[in-house]
Amino acid sequence: MLPYPILTVFLILMWLLLNGFTLGHFVLGTLVAVFASWGMASLRPDKPKIRNWHLLFKLFGVAFYDIIRSNLAVASVILRGRPKGHTSSFLLLPLEIEDRTALALLAVILTSTPGSAWLEYDSHDRTVLLHVLDLVDEEQWIDTIKNRYEKLLMEIFA
Amino acid sequence: MSAIILFTAVSIAQLMLAAAMAVAFVRMFRGPRAQDRIIGLDALYVNAMLLLVTFGIGTGRVIYFEAALVIGMLGFVATVALAKFLMRGEVIE
Amino acid sequence: MILAPADLPLWAAIGVAFFLLIGASLTLIGAIGFLKLPTFYERIHAPTLGTSWGVGGVMLASMIFFTVTESRLVVHEVLIGLFITVTTPVTFMLLARAALHRDRAENTGYAPEKKKASLPVQEDGETHPADN
Repeated sequence: MLPYPILTVFLILMWLLLNGFTLGHFVLGTLVAVFASWGMASLRPDKPKIRNWHLLFKLFGVAFYDIIRSNLAVASVILRGRPKGHTSSFLLLPLEIEDRTALALLAVILTSTPGSAWLEYDSHDRTVLLHVLDLVDEEQWIDTIKNRYEKLLMEIFA
Repeated sequence: MSAIILFTAVSIAQLMLAAAMAVAFVRMFRGPRAQDRIIGLDALYVNAMLLLVTFGIGTGRVIYFEAALVIGMLGFVATVALAKFLMRGEVIE
Repeated sequence: MILAPADLPLWAAIGVAFFLLIGASLTLIGAIGFLKLPTFYERIHAPTLGTSWGVGGVMLASMIFFTVTESRLVVHEVLIGLFITVTTPVTFMLLARAALHRDRAENTGYAPEKKKASLPVQEDGETHPADN
């Protein structure tokens, strides 16, 4: 009956946030959400398989902290210029995750962190082309992304 | 006291966001290539949306929030269509 | 201009002002960087300041303000924040790919060359040719 339960719950929540929390809107929102998720089912997107729910919160915490830090870093690069020895350049990052949801999540995190932009993913070589604003050491960057995010994502998505 | 703090903060924030919009507009006008102009448009609509939310705080009306939501959605669709056009030369294949 | 500040306690006013100024100033810094940085691929980083903490700060300020003035929990600003966070990567990825494609086609020297190892179909950087 409900092909995408998480989507349905979030649609109901969105309806209530926009229209106010009343019983009538809950019923109406549930109707809309159920029909919308049936519509989504006919598109047949991949169903994400989430193994470890609690690690998702850890991922959001890590990403939140990094977004604050890199906001300040990019602001200082813009206002004071880049320190000596730092360059901005492209970076080819080999990835091990293949799950589409995990890739999308990684793209969202890397793009919303100022200072690194996700440019192009190649599903054949399984590499992604990044552009980094303030680069000191390529190896260190690759290690950071692999250890901080990719490991967590691989544990979350089976 | 709190009214003065609020009024000052809202005024300064509105000035800053208007300045950011002006800067984005300069880039959109000047930007050497088409992709620069599209990113300028993207930044312009995000800043306009933030400005609308600050208007909402300044006047205490919730109606500005809905305008901001509509601007956000329309801006996203516009930017995606323009980027797609830039890559392929047509929007719908 | 301000209609309902009389019943706003001092801590709420300070919180609103703090987050509002943080969000607006980060957005302005991002816009300045957007004008100042020399190449397209560096410029693409600057507006993300506005779309991450610029949006975040202003939305937090709005949430605090309306929660206090209407004395009920108002959190629908989260929707705008979530929407912007999810859509920005999509627009930037599409634009970056368009820019890479154009730079490679015209040999401007800004974009790194793609390795011509895999399928020859993928000359425009499309990753899922079968989907179209």
